[in-house]
Amino acid sequence: MTVQFFTRRRFLIGSTLGASALTLSGCDVLERNEQVGSVIRSAENLTMRAQRLLQGRDARAREFAETDISPSFRVNGTSRPDSEDYAAFVENGFADWRLKIDGLVDRPQEFTLADLKKLAARTQITRHDCVEGWSAIGKWTGVPLGLVLTAAGLKPSARFAVFHCADELEKTLDGSGRYYESIDLIDAFHPQTILAYAMNGKDLTIGHGAPLRLRVERQLGYKQAKYLMRIELVDSFSGFWGGNGGYWEDRGYEWYAGI
Amino acid sequence: MTEWARNDNDEPPRVSLVRRHSIATRLTHWLNVLCLSFLLLSGLQIFNAHPELYWGHYGADGDPAVLTIGAGGSGDDLHGFLRIAGVELPTTGVLGVSNFEGTPTPRAFPAWSTIPSFQDLAAGRHWHFFFAWLFVINGLVYLACSFLSGHFRRDLTPTRHQLSLHHLWHEVVDHARLRFPEGDEARHYNALQKLTYLIVIVVLLPMMLITGLTMSPGIDAVLPWLVDVFGGRQTARTIHFITASLLVLFVIVHVAMVVLSGTWNNTRSMITGRYAIRHGGRKS
Repeated sequence: MTVQFFTRRRFLIGSTLGASALTLSGCDVLERNEQVGSVIRSAENLTMRAQRLLQGRDARAREFAETDISPSFRVNGTSRPDSEDYAAFVENGFADWRLKIDGLVDRPQEFTLADLKKLAARTQITRHDCVEGWSAIGKWTGVPLGLVLTAAGLKPSARFAVFHCADELEKTLDGSGRYYESIDLIDAFHPQTILAYAMNGKDLTIGHGAPLRLRVERQLGYKQAKYLMRIELVDSFSGFWGGNGGYWEDRGYEWYAGI
Repeated sequence: MTEWARNDNDEPPRVSLVRRHSIATRLTHWLNVLCLSFLLLSGLQIFNAHPELYWGHYGADGDPAVLTIGAGGSGDDLHGFLRIAGVELPTTGVLGVSNFEGTPTPRAFPAWSTIPSFQDLAAGRHWHFFFAWLFVINGLVYLACSFLSGHFRRDLTPTRHQLSLHHLWHEVVDHARLRFPEGDEARHYNALQKLTYLIVIVVLLPMMLITGLTMSPGIDAVLPWLVDVFGGRQTARTIHFITASLLVLFVIVHVAMVVLSGTWNNTRSMITGRYAIRHGGRKS
């Protein structure tokens, strides 16, 4: 009686451990399975719909006080674009740099840094949340993206803004290692979505994306594209590189980075 | 345990099967096991992307940390460590540095404890959020069913008698001696069980969800006060980690109790709902 109970117990414990081990190794197999992958990834859509429903258009990211600003703000991703073109921009203090706005717009635009600084500015102290888990608080000053998009006049078919950057985060032969990002018009016209040229009261440093970077405050760090060169309005981002709407998105990360 | 049964050991023991768990409890229990397993292992994968915890609104490299799992040295000198509140413990082989495909590799939690086993934050996040949704839906179904069926009131709320200090102490001693209720007493959860389950259901599991949501910049825009409830996103992240650790501790004790008080009987009751109660006779 006792013996039997003992073996049964051992069987149960053994089979539980065995099943766990199988599950774990099974996960790696599942991980590479297309269908499982698409089921698992369906949660992303649910998250986006739920957050958008709760947010409405205008829910604002938390803004902080001057005293909350982090003593140090980590430089992440590219710390200095290594192209000759970028080096030339740095050489003359970005005087030759231009921000192009084109694609599905009525009036394609070109802005110098001085042009942008003349427009109505917005300053906000917000928390930057990296997808890896760390956070830093900084003060950003820039032009509301909605303002420059309105100047360009969106065509009715425009649905996304694609941001082309100067940095190549991964060296590739086909250029697919170039950083890019995209957001939809809800985020593009959000009052806190700005093209920032200053951080903590000073011009952006090269490490933080000089001369211009995106701040889209209700999403994670990888959406905050640095070294902006061109904003292209499109009806779909499936034609760009990996087709997922951004550098990190092409490497498996969510396009909607609200969580 | 009735008087006559205690004095009359010749009376053959009678075993009766009682209905212990409703179908809703059983289904949601096993789904919860599945969800929490995946959430824990994919959570460790996510933690590995930045294996350091902080208090407050912000925290990154160089900011004062509550907990760090890291690696030092290189080559043959590569060693892993766990640093909590300034105290550093060597953890080579498990935390900080562990074997990945045969070579000692710097990574916070070892490959056997993460989903997927290789370092892949994006994949870990997909698994985590998929099972987070399932966990929330499953939890809501459980709460609704338990509330409507009176399961909370009837089975999980401790009676006045159970909450007396004398009784509680008595139960602690019984548990420590591994003596578990028998006969009619075994029909109900004991006080320690009720309190533990309530803490898990009402405090720990909701805390996992709330601290998880507090880390989301999208949710922070909807509920700005949430961040202040915890005193910052990084505090919420740290509490998320502590609460997860407490849940792991609960599961270890929970499984130990299941095994000690009758593995087969307990497991069957959570699968078929039937639980055997022994009346009279001697304990074999």
